[in-house]
Amino acid sequence: MWDYSEKVREHFFNPRNAGPLAGANGVGDVGSIRCGDALRLMLRVDPETEIIEAAHFQTFGCGSAIASSSALTEIIKRKTLDEALKVSNQDIADYLDGLPPEKMHCSVMGREALQAAVANYRGEVWRDEHEEGDLVCKCFAIDAAMIERTIRDNRLQTMSDVTNYTKAGGGCSACHEKIEDILIAVNGRLPPAEPQRQIAKTAPAAAPVKPRLSNYQRIRKIEETLEALRPALQRDHGDVTLVEVDGKRIFVALSGACQGCQMEAATIGGIQQKLVEVLGELVQVLPAAALARD
Amino acid sequence: MTPIYLDNNATTACDPAVVAAMLPFFTEHYGNASSIHSFGAQVGHALKEARGRVQRLLGAAHDSEIVFTSCGTESDSTAILSALKAYPERRAIITTVVEHPAILTLCDQLEKEGVVVHRLRVDRRGRIDLDEYQALLSERVAIVSAMWANNETGTLFPVEEMAEMAHQRGILFHTDAVQAVGKLPIDLKTTRIDMLSCSGHKLHAPKGIGVLYVRRNTRFRPLLRGGHQERGRRAGTENSAAIVGLGVACELAQQHLETESTTLKRLRDRLERGILARVGNAFVNGDTLYRLPNTASIAFEFVEGEGILLLLNQQGIAASSGSACTSGSLEPSHVMRAMGIPYTAAHGTIRFSLSRYNTEDEVERVIAALPPIIAQLRSLSPYWQGDAPAAGPGLSFEPAYA
Ligand SMILES: Cc1ncc(COP(=O)(O)O)c(C=O)c1O
Repeated sequence: MWDYSEKVREHFFNPRNAGPLAGANGVGDVGSIRCGDALRLMLRVDPETEIIEAAHFQTFGCGSAIASSSALTEIIKRKTLDEALKVSNQDIADYLDGLPPEKMHCSVMGREALQAAVANYRGEVWRDEHEEGDLVCKCFAIDAAMIERTIRDNRLQTMSDVTNYTKAGGGCSACHEKIEDILIAVNGRLPPAEPQRQIAKTAPAAAPVKPRLSNYQRIRKIEETLEALRPALQRDHGDVTLVEVDGKRIFVALSGACQGCQMEAATIGGIQQKLVEVLGELVQVLPAAALARD
Repeated sequence: MTPIYLDNNATTACDPAVVAAMLPFFTEHYGNASSIHSFGAQVGHALKEARGRVQRLLGAAHDSEIVFTSCGTESDSTAILSALKAYPERRAIITTVVEHPAILTLCDQLEKEGVVVHRLRVDRRGRIDLDEYQALLSERVAIVSAMWANNETGTLFPVEEMAEMAHQRGILFHTDAVQAVGKLPIDLKTTRIDMLSCSGHKLHAPKGIGVLYVRRNTRFRPLLRGGHQERGRRAGTENSAAIVGLGVACELAQQHLETESTTLKRLRDRLERGILARVGNAFVNGDTLYRLPNTASIAFEFVEGEGILLLLNQQGIAASSGSACTSGSLEPSHVMRAMGIPYTAAHGTIRFSLSRYNTEDEVERVIAALPPIIAQLRSLSPYWQGDAPAAGPGLSFEPAYA
């Protein structure tokens, strides 16, 4: 059985705000045939203030889909629509003290239902752009569709390319055969042999050999690197901008589809990998939100 | 509240008599059966006795046809890989879409390596079409592998007839009988089945012991080469304790075989009827006229299986959704998909699998527990309204699908 947190179990056994909502004026119906989950989110919004007075759900899905729906309704209640739209999948997962990687899509579905319900309230049409494949990397919850797209868009060749860009395969490594199969399917040939793996200790030691960059050169390099990554992000309807460089900490703002998406952490991880390579030093890439918190 | 275990197709409890018979092989009888001294000889005798017991349960002509392996999965892999090695000019396999992953995943891999894999489809009841099968039998086929009983629905394939048809075309026939052995009478010597897999932990023996039956004179190539154990057909020092346990389990299974088709079947039928009488929009999956006596696969429409399992578990009732292997993934079971069960029902399918340890009281408790659970989950389901499926203009639920 799944290793669910107490909070997930509690929300499954005693779901909040379940069932139809009288006087709902924003309804979002979303689902995923693949995982068999479907969710209807119903909102009652005060037209004056755009505050969500009540949020109810009906869910066809596993334990964590029901718990995620329940959590979502609790989180968005009494928020304005704009505030509610800022709720990320990670927020839903965090509210529940985490979800198993196989179940992260449940929180994605909650967010999509919210977008659909708000669009419905505003008289707009919402289109689902999110595609989902078989879960490949269980350590970082990355599916086959995501890996395939990233390989195609960035012409990735090797296992470590895939890990650098998507994080997939960076954990226990049990999924490497599956990732290599995807590489073969996309590129039509065997991945080239990996360059000799560096032992962790030697990497930072090698860094000082490089000439030290001036602050100006360093920031230029960071900007150039982000520039190079931008087209890939834009293809996913997202974008990235450099906000601040504070020593070894580099703050970036993700926007559009990247922001708050399930892949935000992975995207930032990928950027970090790239910057570590380019700068030849260990740096930490953080979302701009972390800067505000400082 | 004593727990109720209705997940015997996933695995079974070791029979206490099995455990008792095994214990001395962890303590005083620790010899290696291959050794000349008396430590080894004791173990050697015990293995021979166990082999005879397995032979009798399977109705094999000779005890040398029994090869002990580490599990059902190993037996399956050994059978198929052996046939491909023994008949290198034959590069095709016939199997079915509803096999256990032990067969299907291997076949997927072999396909990548250039082997042609024919997967027989099934109808809504999980039955194959023998005409389609007949048409696929050709001299290019190295082996046919079809399960005797399906682990999810209990549906039986007519493997004796299929084996006869393969034999007439000179093709090896293997059956994964992991779910059938101990639940159905089997008499291999009167069939044309060349190889058969079974697994200890499905019939009250321990985990980690399996059997591959290999009919005398079947061309065979071992998976593991090394020592001369199992007459060189499966190298590696024998798991003597588990083999002895399996022997006892087979003897017990033989004694209870009658009960399976009478008492146990009656309990299963009572469970099914009791549930269907109290819960609407539910149906039994599989071929109800030709299936295992212990398995009930019931689809509850418009709810999802995991929720049902969590709520059952809260009441101490253990069942499963789909097979134990697929319940760890998000996909509806490949067996349900192959049968064309609509996905709102496939996702709500629960498998109850009984054993001779289950009682009438337990069955009654499950019948009483289920209706409120289904009602509770349906009240949360967007596909459900009041006490019926949501339907009609503006009412039916048609989400935007990814
Ligand atoms: C039909 C079938 N084949 C093979 C297996 C695998 O057996 P084992 O777990 O012994 O490898 C199972 C067990 O789930 C099964 O049900």
